[in-house]
Amino acid sequence: MVESSAVRRGDPWWRSFRTAAWLGWQIESNWADPFLFAVYSIIKPLALAGILVVMYGTITRGDFASPVFTYIYLGNAFYLYVGAVMSGMAWAVIDDRERYRMLKSMYVAPVDIRLYLIGRGAARFMTGSVSVLVTLVVGVLFLEVAIDLTAVDWPLFVVSLAIGVVMLAAMGLLLASLVLLLGHLSWSLGDAVAGSLFLFSGAVFPLEVLPRVLRPIGYAMPVTYWLELLRRALVGPVAQAFPTLAGLTNLQLLGILSALTVGLSSAAIATFRVCDFVARERGLIDRTSNY
Amino acid sequence: MSMPLRVSKDVGWRLFVRTVAARAYPRLVGQQREPAGAFLDVFLPLLGLSAYVFVYRAIDAPEAFVGFVILGGAMTAFWLNVLWSMSNQLFWEKETGNLALYIMAPNSLMAILLGMAIGGLVSTTLRAAAIIGLGTWLFGVRFSVSDPALLFAVFALTLTALYGMGMMFASVFLLLGREAWHVIGLAQEPVYLLSGMYFPIKSLNVWVATGASLIPLTLGLDAIRQIAFASGPATGFISARVECLALAVLSVVFLVLARLMLGYMERLAIAEGKLTESRG
Repeated sequence: MVESSAVRRGDPWWRSFRTAAWLGWQIESNWADPFLFAVYSIIKPLALAGILVVMYGTITRGDFASPVFTYIYLGNAFYLYVGAVMSGMAWAVIDDRERYRMLKSMYVAPVDIRLYLIGRGAARFMTGSVSVLVTLVVGVLFLEVAIDLTAVDWPLFVVSLAIGVVMLAAMGLLLASLVLLLGHLSWSLGDAVAGSLFLFSGAVFPLEVLPRVLRPIGYAMPVTYWLELLRRALVGPVAQAFPTLAGLTNLQLLGILSALTVGLSSAAIATFRVCDFVARERGLIDRTSNY
Repeated sequence: MSMPLRVSKDVGWRLFVRTVAARAYPRLVGQQREPAGAFLDVFLPLLGLSAYVFVYRAIDAPEAFVGFVILGGAMTAFWLNVLWSMSNQLFWEKETGNLALYIMAPNSLMAILLGMAIGGLVSTTLRAAAIIGLGTWLFGVRFSVSDPALLFAVFALTLTALYGMGMMFASVFLLLGREAWHVIGLAQEPVYLLSGMYFPIKSLNVWVATGASLIPLTLGLDAIRQIAFASGPATGFISARVECLALAVLSVVFLVLARLMLGYMERLAIAEGKLTESRG
């Protein structure tokens, strides 16, 4: 029997991921011409950053040179990844199930659904990268965000970002697994969870500002360590001026982030297994819930 | 031979009212079927909102700003309801095949949109009230209402203008395809920024603030803050009474424009074959 070229080409896991990422990129980007898409990709994140800039500027009378501003601005910029990937993977399930009504087709196709979802998250990571980059450039050019490219700890930045990609994929998979079981509620879940984690991760304020009882939630979240590492890589002295994780070295932070990411990934895989089983048992894979 | 069955049909305002009730009904019932939705609708957005409260606390802002954030968060609920449950709803109805039925039926599209608004308004008002109640309790926000009648008038006019604007936008969504989702996305964060959702609109450049006043949320929020907080007048953009008047004008303008645009866009959508088009 002759295998088709499509079957022969590459590892099936890699094919699932690559095809999903390409599909996700097409869905995200080809609804408009490239110029309009670029404008859209820029306006949203800049507006989000603009809210914080105006809030900060109103209270401090424009003291953008302060390390606090750099702390807030960078945390907000990199948190764009969390929102993009988490809500993107949750939306992949909703889109495919409710809107395009092809999730059932994905299930009968020879693809690994977990990698398919992660691939869709990767597309959101790519579009998110544009937003993060633009936000950073605007911050450096117009708002005194003190990133000196010659002083950036590039190895730390690359390693942290790479671990962060795995962490975001695990968080997205966890959320997408839950969305498999949810009906109408699932529409707002991704954005709502990403928005609520914004509070606990210390993205836009040091964890010391939180009430004492809530701080442990922040310390248990890998995003907290990830954002700290990215800040330290980009603006080391500024980041280390804040007391939250000042007692930990970069290596210790990397170790904690890696351990939490491994734990989160295991939890995501186990959760997917359970949710996937229940969704099949209850016939939820092709459910539509609009009213 | 039996006589043909006589069916009484409602026309005019009776048909309008029945259409409103018919479209509001599934929304009201649907919300009761998923009580867990109340948790997601109130608790999770409140957590996101709290982040902005703690940003203000991190930079030692006056406590009144915490109240501004909570109030802005509550009003966000109405804006999201207008965007997702009215404007974008016509696009979604097109995707699911209902839009053609709406157009074929002898009722007014405005009545359908009003039904959507009223159906969604109940849960949205509860959500907004819960955000204000919980936010006040958690963060110790102190309200000091100087003129309850004016506050009520501003709130009612803000919602009228907002939902009128939503109806107007809905007409545009008759023509949109897949890009509808992204247009909605563009109407969130940029509008939060322009309308001063988390800060006094006075903080923006005066020309930007004036332009942003075309969004009913901008003037509504600014007026409510002036009336509901002791320090509100000091941070106000223009007098609350003037803002109330401007909101009344905006309400009339948006409702009239919505009626005109719905008629025009419906004819255009029929002519261009967009009513049954699904571009996924």
